[in-house]
Amino acid sequence: MTLLAPFAPLPAHHPWPRHVVDEATWQAVGARLGDGAADLLGLWGEPDAVHLALHRGMEQGVAVVSLPCPDGRFPSVGELHAPAIRLERAVRDLWGLEPVGASDLRPWLAAVDQPYDFLPAEGPGLHEIPVGPIHAGIIEPGHFRFTANGETVVRLEQRLGWVHKGIERRLAGTGLLEAARIVARVSGDSTVAYGVAFARAAEAALAVQAPPRAQALRGVMAELERAANHLGDIGAICNDAAFTLIHAHAALLREGVLRTAGELFGHRLMMDRVVPGGVAIDLDEAGGRRLRALAAEIRPRLAELAAVYDRTPSLRDRTVTTGVVGAALVRQWAAGGFVGRASGRDFDTRRDLPYPPYDRLRLAVPTRTTGDVDARLWVRVDEVQHSLGLIEQLVADLPGGPLTVSLPPPAGAAEGLALVEGFRGDVLVWLRLAPDGKVARCHPRDPSWFQWPLLEAAIEGNIVADFPLCNKSFNCSYAGHDL
Amino acid sequence: MRAGLLLRGLLGGPATVAAPAPATDALAELARTVDAAARRRLGRSLSIREVDAGSCNGCELEIHALNNPVYDVERFGLRFVASPRHADVLLVTGPVTRNMAFALRRAWDCTPEPRWVVAVGDCGAGCGAFVGAPGIVAGTGAVSEVLPVALHIKGCPPTPMQLLAGLLALMEG
Ligand code: SF4
Repeated sequence: MTLLAPFAPLPAHHPWPRHVVDEATWQAVGARLGDGAADLLGLWGEPDAVHLALHRGMEQGVAVVSLPCPDGRFPSVGELHAPAIRLERAVRDLWGLEPVGASDLRPWLAAVDQPYDFLPAEGPGLHEIPVGPIHAGIIEPGHFRFTANGETVVRLEQRLGWVHKGIERRLAGTGLLEAARIVARVSGDSTVAYGVAFARAAEAALAVQAPPRAQALRGVMAELERAANHLGDIGAICNDAAFTLIHAHAALLREGVLRTAGELFGHRLMMDRVVPGGVAIDLDEAGGRRLRALAAEIRPRLAELAAVYDRTPSLRDRTVTTGVVGAALVRQWAAGGFVGRASGRDFDTRRDLPYPPYDRLRLAVPTRTTGDVDARLWVRVDEVQHSLGLIEQLVADLPGGPLTVSLPPPAGAAEGLALVEGFRGDVLVWLRLAPDGKVARCHPRDPSWFQWPLLEAAIEGNIVADFPLCNKSFNCSYAGHDL
Repeated sequence: MRAGLLLRGLLGGPATVAAPAPATDALAELARTVDAAARRRLGRSLSIREVDAGSCNGCELEIHALNNPVYDVERFGLRFVASPRHADVLLVTGPVTRNMAFALRRAWDCTPEPRWVVAVGDCGAGCGAFVGAPGIVAGTGAVSEVLPVALHIKGCPPTPMQLLAGLLALMEG
């Protein structure tokens, strides 16, 4: 992108370049995003600057663009590229920076329990249905405001931010290991993905590489996490369509994964098993055999469940053509994971921005084109099968050697960016270390930021009763989004 | 295919695990927090309303697991219900965020007496990873900052067996 050529990349930032630009260039980058010439990966702030990360249309693939904001203002990117709107509202709430020209300045992560101006939807016969923040189930809190005409949803507007903890401010000034524990809890269901993303960002900043054995074990744990989450959600989606048989069986498969993880890695969700510099736990030969046996057990049983799903018309009647997201929207939002892939966006950081151990593995990326609940479910079924294959590949050929590399103190300024494929899609972590090795600034960005808004689109024209089904087929993270 | 699933159900052994003993530290805590009269009203069966008041969602995953065929809490008379109005117990995960404190109090106000709060996870106990974060209540996010807590089940997250041992202690009173 010649646009950025006049702004030399900062030497401290790895592995992708960061350019500090002027206002005109910031706006030109925003226009590029708006034209669809690049994908927005994230937009975040700090007290005196705003940053965005983007992909495609750059010579180097990924780039970070930064704009200093000495007077606390920056030109709105959201006005040019809608996916940036919620991110800018969050930047305004958290750091007090004004997005100049933005037309939506309602708070987003702040003042969540205060009255809120929902966008009006007017017309004959319309009524509103407020739901949440506490929902009827064991799920995270959020508020959904439906406008319906009879049973048909005309509009859904989300009000999120209820579980905002202030993680980014909490991270500033903490040591690397403590910060790793916190980032591993941004979204508990993706703890391995966040653990790997934070570790990779730290390792990039400090110019070290985790040893090959650690990289492979990270891959094993990441694929177990993906399989466990998909299995749970495949069952839960069928449960929301009143098909409890698949739910019970899928829950058993999920439980099998978590128990195995608990026995082999000492924690069912594998929290804190990835550390900056490597991994905190090894896997022996017997453990490898256990994992191969697990894969061999799940594969046919999942295939059987998928076949039952496929042959049950009353079930597929609920999922086919329900909650459709169009290809143009997932492209515009650069929606990652199964939400993007079910609508034809063929992107997976494991393949397209490869990192170890995936750079040496055979990796298939399943996609579908119908963009409905059914397509999201099938992508997830296929991904579980692929994850099992990856686990088998990894344990069949575990490199020897140490589990960690020691982390040197930063040589002056040190910044790292990492993108890691969690079960929902690409998790981004941006990190700046202070000269004493502590975290100066860290921004974790959940894939849900670019998926939640598409759920609003997916439900339009569907019946209210199908919302749980649509919602579950997305399963966006509230915690990961609310930070 | 379907015959395969059904046959496995018929011929395979039960998936369910044996019940853990009620957690002794939980019994001790309950002896302190719940008086004898109220304790007699606990037991036999409890309706539980889960409230996520700020969790990372890790605790929710393991609470969810309580309903799977392996842990199957309903066999102990523990039932998850959809409304606090139907609940005896609020099972609350934290850290309680400033944004959720009001909704949590409202859920409590909707819960008919007798009612008890069980705080889940290190975060619910105010000693989790987020202590010191600016968006959580009192800097700790402890559920007890907002509601009277009868029982804490710690862990990050507590395993389903730990949750079960804690809840069974509640049933024993
Ligand atoms: S106790 Fe652990 S798993 Fe539970 S909400 Fe807190 S960080 Fe998440």
